[in-house]
Amino acid sequence: MTTFIVRRLLWMIPTLFAVALVTFIIMRSAPGGPWDTSAERRQVDASTQKSLNAYYGLDKPLWRQFVAYTIGDVNKKGTFVCGAICGNLGPSYRTRGRTVQDILFSPPADRPLWYSRFGYSIRLGLIALAFALIVGIPVGIIAALKHNSFADYVSLVIATIGISVPSFVMAIFMIVIFARWLGLVPVVPRTWDTITPWILPALVLGFGTMAFTARLTRTSMLEVIRQDYVRTARAKGLKERAVILRHMLKNALIPVVTILGPSLAGLVTGSFIIETMFGFPGMGRAYVQSIGQRDYSMIMGTTLIYAFLVALANLSVDLIYSFVDPRIRLE
Amino acid sequence: MSRLLEVKGLETRFFTQDGVVHAVNGINYHLDEGETLAIVGESGCGKSVGVMSLLRLIPMPPGKVTAGQVWFGTGDDRKDLLKLSDDEIRQVRGNRIAMIFQDPMTSLNPVLTIGFQISEALMLHLGMDKEKARKRAVELLELVGIPRAAERLDDYPHQFSGGMRQRVMIAMGLSCNPQLLIADEPTTALDVTIQAQIADLVKRLRDEIGMAIIWITHDLGVVAGLADRVIVMYAGFIVEEAQVKELYGNPRHPYTIGLLGSLPRLDATREHRLSSIEGLPPDLIDLPKGCPFYARCNYRIEICATDNPRLEPVAPGHKVACHREVTRETPYTVEIEPAEVVA
Ligand SMILES: Nc1ncnc2c1ncn2[C@@H]1O[C@H](COP(=O)(O)OP(=O)(O)OP(=O)(O)O)[C@@H](O)[C@H]1O
Ligand SMILES: [Mg+2]
Repeated sequence: MTTFIVRRLLWMIPTLFAVALVTFIIMRSAPGGPWDTSAERRQVDASTQKSLNAYYGLDKPLWRQFVAYTIGDVNKKGTFVCGAICGNLGPSYRTRGRTVQDILFSPPADRPLWYSRFGYSIRLGLIALAFALIVGIPVGIIAALKHNSFADYVSLVIATIGISVPSFVMAIFMIVIFARWLGLVPVVPRTWDTITPWILPALVLGFGTMAFTARLTRTSMLEVIRQDYVRTARAKGLKERAVILRHMLKNALIPVVTILGPSLAGLVTGSFIIETMFGFPGMGRAYVQSIGQRDYSMIMGTTLIYAFLVALANLSVDLIYSFVDPRIRLE
Repeated sequence: MSRLLEVKGLETRFFTQDGVVHAVNGINYHLDEGETLAIVGESGCGKSVGVMSLLRLIPMPPGKVTAGQVWFGTGDDRKDLLKLSDDEIRQVRGNRIAMIFQDPMTSLNPVLTIGFQISEALMLHLGMDKEKARKRAVELLELVGIPRAAERLDDYPHQFSGGMRQRVMIAMGLSCNPQLLIADEPTTALDVTIQAQIADLVKRLRDEIGMAIIWITHDLGVVAGLADRVIVMYAGFIVEEAQVKELYGNPRHPYTIGLLGSLPRLDATREHRLSSIEGLPPDLIDLPKGCPFYARCNYRIEICATDNPRLEPVAPGHKVACHREVTRETPYTVEIEPAEVVA
């Protein structure tokens, strides 16, 4: 078990390295650069650009820049500065004086970690996931138990909407209905310290996962219902509730449990559109901004964090799997 | 010995999209305390559905017990199981009537320990607490011959072999000292040596505990050493019923004669070749008007095509549903061509 985890963690290094390389290539082949100026902004003249490039090492050959970012490089004073591999995600080019890890992980003064951009995104992801599970699993169970009934069809319609309507479309509808027409929640909240502003983004973000969870639960429940061991349980004289809760649910939830990790990763990393639409102070919005601004180190750093989260989520799948299903053994 | 079970006119149907499946068509039989009854017949003839109907374990929908009575019990607590409330039938299931199923690989819950699965019925029906139930579970596992039983209590089904799992199923079935054990092809999924072991185990336990057994199989060979009486089913009907010796020595239904003819015998002469029954059983959705065996019967006469014979006594304790007085010596009236093999 421990060796399994250690091996999987070590495997993450080449994976992340590959992610970094691909991101670097795509990013640098996109036109423009961090010092680009638009007409309404203050101009950066050529000599300033040159000295900025020199300061940040952008005048070096590309391969050297990549190695410098990921592994490290010797600075002007001749000391070695370690790169992403040591957790140093580099200085932001646009938010002067702050490093990428500082922007993502440092909460405002006197606030705990979950008030950082990373913390906000994780919280939003967790709330969305909780919503998806609390609604999705019971809906799936009921749909399966009342197979082909009205309830089943209602759940099918909801699930189809949830899976096929893109979250940004749903976000627009939600904002129009709940914020504009009904005025239940603010369109752009002033503070995120109360619960109300979280409801819409979490709902919109979690809806797809909820729909998917409901479908998955239903499918696996229908599979479990006709298993022989369910008949055995009934033949024992168990009450229907015990048959469902003890004998069916644990089996039916195995596939659901295994998607928890990727779902959370998907919700945390996939929230940038929602974050941007709702003006949410999370990692996703910062990411979208940094792409527009060609803030190279910020793009690289955030992508690596996302990739790390996904890799961690996949590892968690295997661990959870072995935990809920005694037939799976890890080695 | 007093009557333990009396099934009268039991009829079970499945209402499917393709039509109504006539799985069990008005069967009558009985069982005494401590008696072992075998139900034989080829695949799909309604053996499982027939016994699952007794405990109302038919999936509903599409299934439904459409007629009949199932009198179970002795003396004052004789009751029609089909009329009991849901709560009452649950008191019977696993407690007074236990069932073990064909495939031990899939009949145990893969995510629950076998200790838990055995304890469950004990706690439910006998009101034992966890500790007591575990202790009893160990005893039961020892009883069915599982080595190092105490250590294996927290193992999961996948850690047992097929034969061992069937032993676990038997331990589970016996846990509440049932008056009747229904074994639905308990050995079919196992290899031959294990089959014999399991049959021996059940025989030994029956002699120790004294419960009645309904043993379902499509293998007449297994039946011989185990059963007192045999029921032969065909297309949802009982076509013959007799004491085991009588049935082997003097089969009277063409289908039974066919079944016995397809059984290898040690004392067989060279001319006495293994025969098989040609053709296929009828479609249960669209049952023929006459005898269900008509299409495959070597002994058929005109009336068989239009009239389904009733089960009538031909000798004490021996009943047959046939228009003719057929024995092994009776000459064929028709030769049935082997069914064409469709590529
Ligand atoms: N859930 C169901 N829906 C529709 N038809 C069913 C259902 N269950 C059983 N049947 C039908 O009832 C008939 C009897 O089935 P049953 O399982 O009792 O056969 P069996 O004699 O036990 O056969 P086997 O030896 O293969 O176990 C079959 O023709 C089968 O197709
Ligand atoms: Mg069967």
